[in-house]
Amino acid sequence: MLIRPKAGILDPQGAAVERALPALGFDGARNVHVGRLIELDVLDPAQLQPMCERLLANPLVEDYEVQLLDASP
Amino acid sequence: MKFAVIQFPGSCDDRDALHAAARVADAELIWHAERDLRGADAVIVPGGFSYGDYLRAGAIARFSPAMESVIAFANDGGLVLGICNGFQVLCEARLLPGALLPNANMRFTSRQVTVEVARAESPFTNAFTDGQRLSIPVKHSWGRYYADERTLARLQQDRQVLLRYLPEENFNGSLHDIAGVCNERANVFGLMPHPEHAVDALTGGSLDGLGIFTSMRTALEGALA
Amino acid sequence: MPDSATLHPHGSVPSLKDALALGLSAAEYELICDKQGRAPNRVELAVYSLMWSEHCAYKHSRRLLRGLPTEGPQVVLGPGENAGAVDVGGGLVCAFKVESHNHPSAVEPFQGAATGVGGILRDIFAIGARPIAVLDSLRFGDLACGQGAAATAGEGQARVRYLLDGAVSGIAHYGNSIGVPTIGGEVYFEGPYEHNCLVNAMALGLAPRERLVRSAAAGPGNLLVLFGASTGRDGIGGASVLASAELQHGDSGAPSMRPSVQVGDPFEEKLLMECSLEMLDAGLLLSLQDLGAAGLSSSASEMASKGAVGLDIDIARVPLREADMEPFEIMVSESQERMLCVVEPAKLDAVRERCARWELACAVIGTVTDSRRLRVLRDGELLADMPVGALVEECPLYDVHPRKPTASVYAAPRPVLDRRADARETLLALLQSANIASRRALFEQYDSIVQSRTVRRPEQADAAVLALPDGSALAASIDCNGRRVAADPYRGTLEAVLECASNLACAGAQPLGTTNNLNFGNPEKEHIAWQLTESVRALGDACRALDAPIVGGNVSLYNEGQSGPIYPTPVIGMVGRMPDARRAGRLGFQRAGDRVALLGPFSPSLSASELSKLHGAELPDGLPAFDLHAVAAAQAAVRAGVQSGLLSSAHDIAEGGLAVGLAECCLAGGLGAHVTLADASTEQLFGEAPGGFILSCPEESLGELAELEQLRSQAVALRLIGSVKDGSLAISDAAHRSLLEIELHELAAAHSALRELFA
Repeated sequence: MLIRPKAGILDPQGAAVERALPALGFDGARNVHVGRLIELDVLDPAQLQPMCERLLANPLVEDYEVQLLDASP
Repeated sequence: MKFAVIQFPGSCDDRDALHAAARVADAELIWHAERDLRGADAVIVPGGFSYGDYLRAGAIARFSPAMESVIAFANDGGLVLGICNGFQVLCEARLLPGALLPNANMRFTSRQVTVEVARAESPFTNAFTDGQRLSIPVKHSWGRYYADERTLARLQQDRQVLLRYLPEENFNGSLHDIAGVCNERANVFGLMPHPEHAVDALTGGSLDGLGIFTSMRTALEGALA
Repeated sequence: MPDSATLHPHGSVPSLKDALALGLSAAEYELICDKQGRAPNRVELAVYSLMWSEHCAYKHSRRLLRGLPTEGPQVVLGPGENAGAVDVGGGLVCAFKVESHNHPSAVEPFQGAATGVGGILRDIFAIGARPIAVLDSLRFGDLACGQGAAATAGEGQARVRYLLDGAVSGIAHYGNSIGVPTIGGEVYFEGPYEHNCLVNAMALGLAPRERLVRSAAAGPGNLLVLFGASTGRDGIGGASVLASAELQHGDSGAPSMRPSVQVGDPFEEKLLMECSLEMLDAGLLLSLQDLGAAGLSSSASEMASKGAVGLDIDIARVPLREADMEPFEIMVSESQERMLCVVEPAKLDAVRERCARWELACAVIGTVTDSRRLRVLRDGELLADMPVGALVEECPLYDVHPRKPTASVYAAPRPVLDRRADARETLLALLQSANIASRRALFEQYDSIVQSRTVRRPEQADAAVLALPDGSALAASIDCNGRRVAADPYRGTLEAVLECASNLACAGAQPLGTTNNLNFGNPEKEHIAWQLTESVRALGDACRALDAPIVGGNVSLYNEGQSGPIYPTPVIGMVGRMPDARRAGRLGFQRAGDRVALLGPFSPSLSASELSKLHGAELPDGLPAFDLHAVAAAQAAVRAGVQSGLLSSAHDIAEGGLAVGLAECCLAGGLGAHVTLADASTEQLFGEAPGGFILSCPEESLGELAELEQLRSQAVALRLIGSVKDGSLAISDAAHRSLLEIELHELAAAHSALRELFA
């Protein structure tokens, strides 16, 4: 799961990274946001969204995206 | 009259809250794994780093057995005070609106700040007067209060903001300088400053924090009368 | 059970070449073969290489340290245990110690500093004391700040800022998360630390005397229990690879060094601490030891050595975080947040239950035997067998060969201030210099009030003050000026010890005991050996004179690289006590109208001063002499003045001299002062020396102050020099000519020069 700060909420971490990049010679980076990655194996993928809603993300201030990497048993 | 202070793995200011509460009533610690609040008249969810602030501050603590009882207690009208990490737990538990985000200055910051009482008429602030200024320490890295525009308007309208930082001292970027809010019923209150560290002349820097505990006692005496 | 003679080595038997690669000398390898009666196998060689490393065995310093004063009626636990302890009254003891984590911090400053704090905290609760405070002493390369900083911004500066930021964040992260306040510390920025930063962490703890526990394993048949975090590959080879050899220039940022660094988890340690203290309160543990450098091998060896017993360890029972760890890896892993204890079989269930309540892994990994050998097994198969004596007491010790260098070993600093600058410009330049500017931007990242004992927070007094239950209070300080020690290792070290005691005196406290972290370069070099020998000699002399015995400490050697050695830096930590917490001293002026006085045998000189550094002066050969006992007498007078309640403020004069001291008193109090000096020379204004104190008190208290027994009986000099007033700091000469007048806000602007680094 990729968890990002909701658009419109102040993201000072993202802003700090955006300021630091040009100082290292990387120009042109915009819209930097810093979030979290959670990786796990599950038996039932249907659980993933409720997991995000209840614990893994705070839907008030975060958006989340679920990526199924490998559906093998 | 008894205050219960919930103790999670990682709580740091639990004993400090216990000693502050003990100045106005009996007080005891309740381990997070216990469901029994043992007849407490008021509950304090203390500061610290419950569960290491893993995932998000307060995100794991809110699901503990003790917190289930606290939620039921709050829904029944019981008085609940959340301090710093406790405030974060109450927001995660949806007992209070909004969320606490990383400080705008991006650093843990520990200093004495001045807050203003926005509403003295509440079980937590009745010892003060409207507009009274209090000197209380803050120490946190996730203290920026956030709520969406609609919620902020509602908080304003319903006078749910009890404490505000002086604008020039709002280093964490809390919207509307909000330092502490209560729920609609005004029986649950969360604040980022640490009143339990401003109750003793020798170590507190000021005695202004004691008023929050005496307010709760006054409210309980009124209710029990 | 197979015995040592029939031990089958796993894989090939390591050779001399392997031993040399692990940091042992050829002679040491031969000695090991001798003690084993055969060539050591892989597991055994790994264990010896760490147990016989400088970091673990103090090979070059142990003989030197033997002459230090370690006893006194107040000493409850002296050097040799995890921490020392002194009696503080009311049935309580205060445990304290300082330790370094220098090399790991140069590689990864955040985790290096964080795990340094974690390690020293474990040492405190390993003896049964609840940690109540942390202080830190940090050193990095030179830093330009304030005006002129932009002009010198370069790669060196960026690295200093990276290390400083990382170290402060790491200390904050660990201390704040575990709920122990960081109440004081110091930071210095000097060229010689550029490639070898120093991170020393000191901790204090409190315990009822009966709860103190020792680390000696005892009782053959008793169980060796490991509890806390699981064991991974953290810091493998850390001790011998990093700490016993000089850092190669350019390697200190290399990613390949990182796998050796430990990663700390303060949340886990909080659980570990609460669980350990609970088990001690319940009388469940016979002995307790934390795992630090060299992990299981060193902790187990030391427990066995102290108890004159043996230990059988089955590594198959150690909870692992990573699969397929080799036996030697398990034995030397430096995974954090783990403790070892010895438990009677009958108490094992209770121990398991406590660990379960605190959600800590708990495993019986061995037994105490009477063999006096450390044996490593896997599911009953013997993998290693070593005599405990060989690992610990019989490690070879080496003499150092001191010789005073004929020329300075250190380059002169770059000049940043014109020698012709007037007093005003000079004072502002000093206030904004990196060694003097306010550390507020740093210490605001530390929680200094959790546990509700803090009576004086950072920048409120010269020492931190913590309330005790009976109304008395503890004070603590950590100090050393490495540049002055470099100029004169003997006198500079005397000064460091005196500085610590002077800071305690200004808070109102009497020293009870001392801890020290000796940070030096390569002792195999004669000039470093000379620095070390002279410094240790002074350490002993000063602690004896002040009746502040050494209860424990740490040595960190080989702090040098291609660019040369660090300044000799004997960091001194001291703990003291005052009878009345309400009368703890303050450093800032309190009231306009109070009189300002200068107390003590203060004979300042610009030699090795902060001003001489700004001027780009070479280090002098030697520091001016001073009267140690006169300084001690002045400290006693200040202490008495503070605790009598007569004084409004007391501040020790240190870097930057009298003018800087006065500015600091003004800034801390938010008040100005007008001072007249008979001698208005640069030496008098900005020179440094021990034994100078700035006091302030109400006019009506002056008489009583002068009558204090400690002042009169020792004829301590007390000179009125001016008064506290609003607005500005003004210094005039005897003819009332103004030397400088600076508004408070301008002093404050200069003093906050470090803040911009943390924006």
